[in-house]
Amino acid sequence: MADLILFGVFPYVAMALAIGVGLYRYTIDRYSWSSQSSQFLESRALFWGSLPWHYALLLILLAHFLAFLIPAGWGSLLGSPARLILLEVTGMALGITTLIALVILILRRVSNDRVNAVTSRIDWLLLAVLLVQVTSGVYIAISLRWGGAWYVHTVSPWLWSLLKLDPQISYLANLPWIVQLHAVNAFLLVAIFPFSRLVHVVSIPLGYLGRPYQVVIWYRQRRSS
Amino acid sequence: MDIRAQVSSVFHLDKCIGCHTCSIACKNLWTDRRGNEYMWWNNVETKPGTGYPTKWEDQEKYHGGWERVGSQLRLKQGGKAATIGKIFHNPDLPTMDDYYEPFTYKYADLTNAPAGTDQPTARAVSMVSGKPMKIAAGPNWDDDLSGSNVYAANDPGVIELSAEQQQQLFAIEKMVMFHLPRICNHCSNPACVASCPSGAIYKRGEDGIVLINQDKCRGWRMCVSACPYKKTYYGWSSGKSEKCILCFPRQEAGEAPACFHSCVGRIRYLGVLLYDADKIEATAMKADGELAAAQREMILDPCDPEVLAAARAAGMAEQIIQAAQKSPIYKFVKQWGIALPLHPEFRTLPMLFYVPPLLPLLSTDHQGTQKLADDFFTSLEQARLPLMYLAGLFAGGNEEEVKAVYRRLIAVRLQRRAATVGDLAEAEVERARTISGLERDTLDAIYRMTSLTRIKERIVVPPLLREQAVEAGMDPEEYKQAMGFGSRKAPKRRW
Repeated sequence: MADLILFGVFPYVAMALAIGVGLYRYTIDRYSWSSQSSQFLESRALFWGSLPWHYALLLILLAHFLAFLIPAGWGSLLGSPARLILLEVTGMALGITTLIALVILILRRVSNDRVNAVTSRIDWLLLAVLLVQVTSGVYIAISLRWGGAWYVHTVSPWLWSLLKLDPQISYLANLPWIVQLHAVNAFLLVAIFPFSRLVHVVSIPLGYLGRPYQVVIWYRQRRSS
Repeated sequence: MDIRAQVSSVFHLDKCIGCHTCSIACKNLWTDRRGNEYMWWNNVETKPGTGYPTKWEDQEKYHGGWERVGSQLRLKQGGKAATIGKIFHNPDLPTMDDYYEPFTYKYADLTNAPAGTDQPTARAVSMVSGKPMKIAAGPNWDDDLSGSNVYAANDPGVIELSAEQQQQLFAIEKMVMFHLPRICNHCSNPACVASCPSGAIYKRGEDGIVLINQDKCRGWRMCVSACPYKKTYYGWSSGKSEKCILCFPRQEAGEAPACFHSCVGRIRYLGVLLYDADKIEATAMKADGELAAAQREMILDPCDPEVLAAARAAGMAEQIIQAAQKSPIYKFVKQWGIALPLHPEFRTLPMLFYVPPLLPLLSTDHQGTQKLADDFFTSLEQARLPLMYLAGLFAGGNEEEVKAVYRRLIAVRLQRRAATVGDLAEAEVERARTISGLERDTLDAIYRMTSLTRIKERIVVPPLLREQAVEAGMDPEEYKQAMGFGSRKAPKRRW
């Protein structure tokens, strides 16, 4: 029963919150839609925290998504031992990088009075959940080797079953508890997303690359001269 | 020709007494919220000095403004892809320590302290963290400290000067300074707009006011580092960038912006300029010393029939054209040529112009005492305030630009002295006029505008016609019984 709630029901609740509350916040209170940067208050420690955190995490998330979206392609990518080892080592290094970076970011919020002053309760909750996520991830990478390979046959089909609205909780129920924690905690992050500063993850300014430098907005229709 | 109108300003620095009334007027209206305490959309600096934020003019430090790369203009902080790459940490962003940490005092302790043997004190506390702090800086920390080797000597413009010129500037009995009030320049080639990844910053087409859409701003702070004048500010509590809005709600109601209205010295002039937007890029590409002249070239004569025809063809409102014809700014910048942009070498084409200060200029060392120079025109080079310093501020290092302005200002003075005191030979006044290249009537007009005019002549707010513009775009009934203009919710984070 607990398995069903955690692996079969909770992911839908989390997604519903993320989409429903996310849309509500975006339409009703777009003013609050940002990560509320604290670089202005403290820049040096943020450099050593934020930069490795974001770039390493983006790569790790990319690997998670690719292995989920195209399990067949991912499986053949890992076909040769050399590539498997390369990916394992890279993943491990990136994981440890995110862990160290996150610790730096947390210590920065704890120790710097100015940054501490702009940190809310939901920020602390988010940091705690992120710490659990990253720590469990690194622990899995170390203790249960070759995650790049077994993910494709366990987590990937589970996620697909969720997507097809036919949750197959057995895929996850048979995995070690630490993997279960990692998976449920991931959906906890999804659930927290619309309530926290995590909303910034969907603001990706790619449009900037294509637009002209200057933006001029006219109220009145201009006649072309 | 792409004719646009721009609400522009002139600040007459000879008249600025450094009273900060403008700063207070602005602060009380717009920036007295939490997270904005440190922001001074209008601030007054002492020059020579390091300014606010400290050394903002030093673009080797802050990488603000534009630079020429081959035949292209590029933001000094990097191109578009580089900007996005720096989104997780902006290396060029000034921190609060470059401005100052806002503070207050625990005044309640003075009355609430328990009885004891010593005097109760009101300790300084940070307005960010609320904890006791040591005050190390403020918004006008080097106010009037012109001779200071901590502040004035670190002025990026002073560092450029020779040791001899520096000595001349800081010799205690020759000390010289002037005040430099600064607001957003509402540039025609704004670097803040160009740097905004979310496209939240825009220039209003009808009047050229540069604004930040607060709902679109994602707090990426690229504008703060891109603006070479450091006139966009990050609100650390709201997580949004904010800047001077040239009091557009006041202007739309026909009133002068608060800092203009409150100016004690009446140094501020406001009016519409018409300019050719097709020339923006070519103008911004000119060499440092040519930028001021090129920008004047971009500004169009609002009485020229050709310009009028083009403006009407582009659909410019007749009221705007009329305001442009009455604009004191056009006279200062173009007709009289006595107002220059601040740091044109940043290449943002600022639309706020300054009449450089003449007062401290006209005295030289005469056997140990300060005396007015015998011949102003040949002694310009030996001025108390090195011309090179002023040229560095207002003309991209081109001393000829500054000299031309001073020759005109001196001619105004000589003509007025001959008229009121009468101790100058007419031949000498005539010589001054010839050298300045201005007619008697023009010099009188400059005198009138700088000393006698009333507010309606100094500040010609164009009818911005927003009500008509809004009506054209939407049903006016939509706002019936609703709130007026402005935020419908307090600018506060609720999530």
